[in-house]
Amino acid sequence: MTFLTLFVVIPVVMLLALWLARNDSQVRGVMVVGSTALLALAIYLVLAFVNARETMPAEQYPFLFGTAIPWFEPLNIYYRTGVDGISVVMLLLSSIIVFTGTFASWQQHPMQKEYFLWFTLLSVGVYGFFISVDLFTMFMFYEVALIPMYLLIGVWGTGPKEYSAMKLTLMLMGGSALLIIGILGIYFFNGQFSGQYTMSVVEIAQLHAIPAFIQKIFFPFIFIGFGILGALFPFHTWSPDGHASAPTAVSMLHAGVLMKLGGYGCFRVAMYLLPEAAQQLSWVFLILTTISVVYGALSACVQTDLKYINAYSSVSHCGMVLFALVMMTQTACTGAILQMLSHGLMTALFFAVIGMIYHRAGTRDVRKLGGLMKVMPFLAVGYVIAGLANLGLPGFSGFVAEMNIFVGAFEVNDTFHRACTIIACTSIVITAVYILRVVGKICYQKVADESFFKLTDATWDERVAVGGLILCVAGLGLAPLWAQNIINDAVAPMIHHIMGTGAVAGM
Amino acid sequence: MMNIDYSQFLNMIPEVTLMAALMIVFITDLFTAKKPGEARNRNWFNPLVCVLMLAHIFINIWPTEASTAFGGMYMTNGSVGVIKTILAFSVLIVFVQSREWLQREDTNFKEGEFYELVLATLLGMNMMVSANHFLLFFLGLEMASVPMACLVAFDKYRHNSAEAGAKFILTATFSSGVMLYGISFLYAATGTLYFDDVMANISATPLCILGMVFFFSGLGFKISLVPFHFWTADTYQGAPTTVTGYLSVTSKGAAAFALCAILMKVFAPIVEYWQIMLMVVIVLSITIGNLFAIHQKDLKRFMAFSSISQAGYIMLAVVGNSAMSVTALSYYVLIYVVANLAVFSIIAAVEENNGGVVNMNAYNGFYKTNPRLAFLLTLALFSLGGIPPFAGMFSKFFVFMAAANGAQVTTAIGATIYAVVFIALVNTVISLYYYLLIVKAMFISDNENPLPTFKSSYSTKMALAICTLGVVAFGVCSIVYNWIHAASVM
Repeated sequence: MTFLTLFVVIPVVMLLALWLARNDSQVRGVMVVGSTALLALAIYLVLAFVNARETMPAEQYPFLFGTAIPWFEPLNIYYRTGVDGISVVMLLLSSIIVFTGTFASWQQHPMQKEYFLWFTLLSVGVYGFFISVDLFTMFMFYEVALIPMYLLIGVWGTGPKEYSAMKLTLMLMGGSALLIIGILGIYFFNGQFSGQYTMSVVEIAQLHAIPAFIQKIFFPFIFIGFGILGALFPFHTWSPDGHASAPTAVSMLHAGVLMKLGGYGCFRVAMYLLPEAAQQLSWVFLILTTISVVYGALSACVQTDLKYINAYSSVSHCGMVLFALVMMTQTACTGAILQMLSHGLMTALFFAVIGMIYHRAGTRDVRKLGGLMKVMPFLAVGYVIAGLANLGLPGFSGFVAEMNIFVGAFEVNDTFHRACTIIACTSIVITAVYILRVVGKICYQKVADESFFKLTDATWDERVAVGGLILCVAGLGLAPLWAQNIINDAVAPMIHHIMGTGAVAGM
Repeated sequence: MMNIDYSQFLNMIPEVTLMAALMIVFITDLFTAKKPGEARNRNWFNPLVCVLMLAHIFINIWPTEASTAFGGMYMTNGSVGVIKTILAFSVLIVFVQSREWLQREDTNFKEGEFYELVLATLLGMNMMVSANHFLLFFLGLEMASVPMACLVAFDKYRHNSAEAGAKFILTATFSSGVMLYGISFLYAATGTLYFDDVMANISATPLCILGMVFFFSGLGFKISLVPFHFWTADTYQGAPTTVTGYLSVTSKGAAAFALCAILMKVFAPIVEYWQIMLMVVIVLSITIGNLFAIHQKDLKRFMAFSSISQAGYIMLAVVGNSAMSVTALSYYVLIYVVANLAVFSIIAAVEENNGGVVNMNAYNGFYKTNPRLAFLLTLALFSLGGIPPFAGMFSKFFVFMAAANGAQVTTAIGATIYAVVFIALVNTVISLYYYLLIVKAMFISDNENPLPTFKSSYSTKMALAICTLGVVAFGVCSIVYNWIHAASVM
């Protein structure tokens, strides 16, 4: 068992410690220690991964630090872990969000202990999902990540929270119902045609035994199953309601990390394990994702609630992730993963700042806000930075990701793909419209309400959360190459496998 | 006529120890029983019974080797041994949890009868799952049903309980009649009642198929599959909560296992007929159970409909008709036992402490006043709804695997199986909705007058501890599943 398992063990220990904690300061202590440990572990993982990569040719076994411990042996279910470049950056992202999310919910009341219990359980699921390479284990962690959301939104949320929580939970659980069918199909038909029953993602990809006509039956199940979490049109409707009702840190974690589970799963399970189906059916999903991208951006333009604006913007950006994935070129897919990373960070920043503004001003309505730069300069600057990163300004993370995506998408040279690319490109302009409009309105105009003058700027815990995220967004924007290299190395063999070109890594 | 060889009893140790336990309880009760209103303290009685049950489990938990007795009428093997242990385990939980209810004034004087009746039904269920002959099977079934009716009507001075008992006994006799009718058809067609011989002689003639359908309907009543479920809601609601819990897990589990074994063994030659029928019944059970559960306000009625849909999931394992089926079914029953009994323990505790409150609205704001119980109830409901990391998700997944095992999407039957699994999966979302309604009531809904904080009794705590341990650990710790698997393939 390698140190990867620590990513699950630490949150589980945190759960126990939280359960035993007697008061708020102990709870916070546990959270800070735990999330710092996870962040340190993630940074160590990145360094170790880069080191290991340098000493090893890229064609080697694509998953590092692998373990396979028999779990339900009669069913070929193993606790299999392993990471490639994609999971490494996702784990780093999760750790950053959990760390900043802890600080963003520093003043979460009432029932702080219970709040952090569910919050940590959610992170168990997220971490476990990204380290797993076994279909069952992956699926189990995926579901672990979903259910705490119900209580987190239902109990601590705002607005129509019961409705939103139920809608979100049921839609996502509907997605996982589709996933189970897909997983059963992959498992049994791979076993039947290759003679080797296995749940391992790597082995199934290597065996590559499922005939194309069966792949085509199960591909939609898995792609839509994960796509629901990735806000694929028309299954995105849980997302705006859920995000708008969720408490700050939950929105951060949800938009920042949980929605990435969808994109990651689409790539790793649907496309990687069912490559022929991915090639033949990608056109359907290309249409849907193009609609996601543009529709999300346009919807954001007409919203007046800050959280709804950002939620629709997330639909648009997560749609872009799936859009890039179904383009199936190396540049586009690298861009997709970068976009997950970038969107995770900047959306978390967005939601953190929005939550803090709402906490002070008591409203999220754009029409009632104004002149925040004068009364809470730190938060306002945070909002502006998040906005600029969102619309893809060079120097921030969004630019690198979108650049890769659209360049990569344009590499596919047939009219249909080109047309979709051009349509999707318009979202960049639309994004600029709604971001700049809101930024101008709430930050720079004259102070909208007399009472706003009494408001204070961010407290120290909020500054940790916002500052940390700004640092990451800018850091990724200014020095994207390390991440791009790690991701590129991991994407290349997968794309070769999906497109059936070149040597399949690890074969 | 051969002489009885008493060494045959060595092949049926579970029944022997159970009989011994029953006799000990009976004799002890005979000498220490108290009359109504008498103020004699019999605190040691419940622990004694629990220890006897524990001893029974420990003697029989070891893997059983396949063997027969009484000229092949009785048979046992690894998977039968496992299901017997699971049933005994569920009875142990019921006993532990029943203590508080049996301390009540109007039940205390018949405490002994409760244990004796439960043990008698358990003995009947053991015979049922061990039967290798239709007559012995029928005897076991009757032995499990008739005392059960007494249990349902145990609170006889409460109108509901007596009514529930009457409903139960009427449907039970009716279903027994239907089943006997079916068995007589099989006898007519094959000339024998031994399972092995019936299997060898059965063929897809209308007589055999009709016999199979009648037999299936008879057992369908016991498992409360749709369309044989009409007694369920009223009986569950009227019976004392402890008995409802027992009825919902143990009797259902035993009947489901027996049905599974008989369908896969005796009716193996006409598999294509029962597979279709079973799939229709499963889809109906799961869907109708779920849809009716949504609107229930009485928690016991609610759990009745939930148990109808769970019965559908249990039987889903059988559809696959593969080696995995028995293991998946036994495992599902075990997980269902701990989760469902946890729910019923809490319902019973709330009922005892708050003057018979079983309405869902009363649970609004329950978390604020009784955080521990609310939390445990949430875990149990999550397990029933199939949410990981709790055990229910594992058992559901394995049942789906067992169903899909070997199904070809390209053949009509295989595609239908996948479709049934899909419908079952969609239904898990619906079931999650109504389980979450209770969670919502406890955690989210406001209430002016939530149930007051109460201290649950020691016995409730014990039962909940066992159940929660099961809910949390039986899934993640694969040893439980692997144990069932190892015993079943032996």
